[in-house]
Order: sequence, then C-alpha cells, then structure tokens
Amino acid sequence: MGAYVSPTYPYRSPEDLRSSPPQRRPLIVVGAGPVGLAAAIDARQHGLDVLLFDDDKTVSVGSRAVCYAKRALEVLDRLGVGEAPCAKGVSWNVGRTFVEEEEVYQFNLVPEPGHKRPGMINLQQYYLEEMMIARALELGADVRWQHKVISVQPQDGFTRLTVETPDGSFDIEADWLIVADGARSPIRRQLGLDIEGRIFMDRFLIADVIMKADFPAERWFWFDPPFHPGQSVLLHKQSDNVWRIDFQLGWDADPEEEKKPEKIIPRVKAMLGDAREFELEWASIYTFQCRRMKDFRHGRILFVGDAAHQVSPFGARGANSGFQDTDDLLWKLALVMKGQAPERLLDTYSADRTYAADENLMNSTRSTDFITPKSRTSRTFRNAVLDLARHHPFARKLVNSGRLSVPSFLVGSALNTPDTDAFAGDMVPGAPMDDAPVQAGGQDGWLLDQLGNRFQCLLFVDPATGVSDAQRTALAELSNGPIPVSPLLVCPAPLAAGDLPVLVDTQGLVARRYDARPGTTYLARPDQHVAARWRALDAAAVRAAVARATCNA
Amino acid sequence: MTTPQNTPAGAGQLILTPNFREAGKRYFRDFTPGDDFYEALIDMHRDLSDEQSERVNARLILLLANHIGDIAVLREAMRLARDAG
Repeated sequence: MGAYVSPTYPYRSPEDLRSSPPQRRPLIVVGAGPVGLAAAIDARQHGLDVLLFDDDKTVSVGSRAVCYAKRALEVLDRLGVGEAPCAKGVSWNVGRTFVEEEEVYQFNLVPEPGHKRPGMINLQQYYLEEMMIARALELGADVRWQHKVISVQPQDGFTRLTVETPDGSFDIEADWLIVADGARSPIRRQLGLDIEGRIFMDRFLIADVIMKADFPAERWFWFDPPFHPGQSVLLHKQSDNVWRIDFQLGWDADPEEEKKPEKIIPRVKAMLGDAREFELEWASIYTFQCRRMKDFRHGRILFVGDAAHQVSPFGARGANSGFQDTDDLLWKLALVMKGQAPERLLDTYSADRTYAADENLMNSTRSTDFITPKSRTSRTFRNAVLDLARHHPFARKLVNSGRLSVPSFLVGSALNTPDTDAFAGDMVPGAPMDDAPVQAGGQDGWLLDQLGNRFQCLLFVDPATGVSDAQRTALAELSNGPIPVSPLLVCPAPLAAGDLPVLVDTQGLVARRYDARPGTTYLARPDQHVAARWRALDAAAVRAAVARATCNA
Repeated sequence: MTTPQNTPAGAGQLILTPNFREAGKRYFRDFTPGDDFYEALIDMHRDLSDEQSERVNARLILLLANHIGDIAVLREAMRLARDAG
C-alpha cells in the first residue's frame, strides 16, 4: 500500500523556439493528456515533426480516466505503447449489476476467445500518461512543459499561437494545430466555437481508496444498495490495491461538504460493511455534460478528445473515444501534410468522428437516463425493468448501468467503397477490424499487430494453389502505387510465397471473422478499419478504393 | 448479431427472451434494439404531467394488447406483471 508520487518533467527555456519573425512549425499539439500524447506519438510514427505544449509539468492529479477499452488498447498497441498499460493495469471482461443485493444482469465484454486484448483494463490515468510520455520522447516528439498557449489566431493557411512560459511569452506559428486541451478547452472558448448538449442535474462522488480486498476484477454496479439507499454505486479495481468507488449523490448534495474525508469515510465503511482498513487516496465530486462541437475541423485547427466532445462517465466513452479520434485523424493528416491527399480528407475526420461522438453521446445519455431517471414515470419504468429483470431475460437486456465503450462502425463514411460482392458477418466497409490469432514468421501473434500505419491488402490464399502469377503482379503493382498498399497473405497453413509476407490463420478465426475464402481481398486503412472488400483481387478496384479512401477519386 | 428464435405471436406463448428489432436496421451491438425501444418509451412521456403519463401508459397498453390479440398470452403477461413486484 502507498500513494502514488507524480513525476516532475523538466522545464526547458523556449529560447530555441523564440524568433522574429516567429518560427513556422509543421504540426503543434496543445495538451499532453492521453489524447494529445496519442496524437504526438502517431505523428512521429508517420515521420512528422511535432511540437507538444502542456501548461503543467506533471501527469494527471488523481486517477481520473480509469477504464481503457479493448479498442483503445489496440490503438495503443499500434502506437507501440500497449504492453506497459496492460501489464500494469487490471484486466476485466465481466460486469455485474445488482438491485439492492440481488444480481440481475451480467455482461461479458469479450464473450469469445481469440483476441489479444481484454474487454477493458483499469489503470489510473497518471500511469498511462507516464508510459505515453516515455513513448513520445523515445520517438523524438518535442514536448515542452509549462508552456501555456494563451492565444490562437487563425491565419490564411496557418495558425499563430502566443505561448506563455516562466521565461515570458513568445509567438510561434503552425501549419496544422491539434487541440487536445480538455473539456474546458481554453482554445475552443477563445475562438468562440459552439459546443452544444445537455447538462445532467446530478452529482457524483468518486472515492479512490487504497485497501486490501479480494473482490474479483469485475465492474460491480448497484441500484439502490442497502449501504447507499435510493442511489447507485459503482465499484472498480485499479492497480496497486486502489479501488474506485463512485457514489451517486443527487443534485441537492453540497459538493464542498461531500468532499470532506469525514463525510466520505463513513460512506465507504458502510459499503465495505466490515472493519477493514483503507486509506483515501483521492476524491472528487463531479457533474457532467453530454455535448459536442458541431465541427471538429476549423480550417487548419483540429479538435480531438474532450475538447471536441464530452459524455457522461457511464460507459468509459471519454478517453476511449479520444484515442479513436487521433486514430482516425493522424493518418489523414499525414497524407495531407505530405501532399498525397487533398485537405478535404480532413473533413472526413470531422464527419466520421462526429458520427462516432453522436453514438457515444446517445449511449451515455441512455445510460444516464436509466441510472438517474428524470421524472416519476421514467423512474417507474426503470424500477419495473429492474423488477422483471429478476425473472425474465428480455428485461435483463434492458437494464442499462452503462454500455461500455466499443468502437463505432463507420458504415456511412464517404471513404468506404460499398460492397459489390456478398459477405456475411460484421466486417463491413467502415468496420473496426476484428482481431484473431495468427502465426507470422513462425511466431504466434495477432492479426491486429500486423495491421496499421499504412494501407494494406489482405489476400486470403488456398495453401494448395498458392498465389497465382496474376495475383502476384497485382500485389506488386499496388505496393508501388503513389499511395503504397502493402501486401499481406492469409493462409490456413504455412505457405512459401517468396518475398510476400504470410499470416498463418492457425485456428481459422481470421477466415471465419472476415467471412473469407480463397481469393477474398480486404483493403485495410492505416487505422485498422475496413475500406473495401471483394471476393477476388483486382488491382484496378483496389486502386480505386484507395483513391476513394484518401479523397483522391 | 443473432436474433433469438421466438415462438411466433399468436401461438399462445408469451415471449420472454429479448425480442426487439426494427426492419431495415442493422445492429452491431446486442443491447441496441432494446435501448432504442426504451428511449422511445421514455421520450413518449416528455413534458407530460404524471396524470397525463398515466393515461398515456394505459392507452399504450390497450393498443399493444389489441395488437397481440391472443388473450391467453395477455393473461400470462398480466400474471407476470402482477407477480414481479
């Protein structure tokens, strides 16, 4: 047991950034929270120079975002920083919902085996930030602490920023600016940009307590428990014996009063119901809003994460959707910055991620309306669902204690090439790609670890016939195109295919999850989403789909 | 997503497994159709007084009852609704 000590990152004088006229940088990111760090890491992986400003000199205070979903972990894997959080965090898949003391509903986030990552890990945000900062620095991102951006002025084709430091302020310019400065986003406010939605009239208390407990690593949610009658409670395990307890307090609660340890400790004691010792690590009273900006792109300024959208915490759709923002944005921005795609490719960032934000807002609003009903009738229905859920499966499915973060299927994206061939299953154009076990180079591995950062053409091959000359020619042509498409063969058995990389689909799960047979071809985007698919490889069709997926059509 | 096989309405058996769906809609998450229904149900009551809501609920039950038609099914639903408390 013991409390976390946050690191202090060294401040460097901005002498090298100060000049007259101001320096022009290709890409500046504001905000070194998890989402700004993901942007900086992704930028470096695409070979872009990136300057990252943060107004603080350390990681998050308190555990804050705790639940990192499978898709976020897959993004972190692609960013080369997936192992450390998974090793340090607490993996879990099962959530249980109780009414009073009776369990009425249970979900399993990953009901089938054959995925590298679990449904969720719980990890204090400060640990994740430390790991991501190390990764950003390792890749050569220029991270500047105690650099507070106090003004942003959009210009024609660039943005001018005024930055305040302990050594005074200076101006600097960016071709492209990524704004990851959080829910209150000073930059969004300074630019007077709209963010609209609902405020929820309820207050919640987060208590992070350090204790020895043998509760399983599961999400436990109570409606109306005897230890906190009439309200809800959520329990989560984090690493280092830290437990997150979230108490619904109601709108009338006095936040200043409720924040006092003498008020919190009896609540926790009542919940634990025994004399076990615990220590209060961090507490916070929060309310929340469900809202988003109308557009995430404003010329050469791109908003990501909480700066662009905020949801209720029931569902862990905040930080997780922020990672999906940068996952979608950075490959597009890299193509635009390298002159390989027109600027309007970035409009699809806004279109696709506002669509995803709406899905997150919808799901978190539905959960919130179920957990904190707004009228007598709504409460009556909620309680009737909970009554019926004790006996009937249909009602269990309606119990909504949080629909946990899962990625959107971007089925309406302008970048998708619609199917012309028949396929079963969920791997439609716009789908986030499913993982599956494979062997690569004789080693056991995972499909998603073989995907990302570039366009790829997956060709499913029959081991008996191998790759035909025509297929080989088509793959060679695609890998030499203006936007190269890397070949990747998928075969149920080892295959000698010369210089073409082969994944062995050892358990047949790739073929099953992608409804593939020999000849089936998938075009994968750099962010591990399906762009297009066919029953046979045709280089011209793949080229057209790449052009469409990059706004070059 | 797999849709559970339910006994067709009218066969005298009350369906108690998840059964919500909407024609033309594709679901990637199994909780979505039920959540779609529940949101519509709560939205129906927006801006109504408690008395108005009670009346609307009663009308809704009558409409749905007529749609189901099979009185044996309705009796079974009434029994379970009354017993669940």
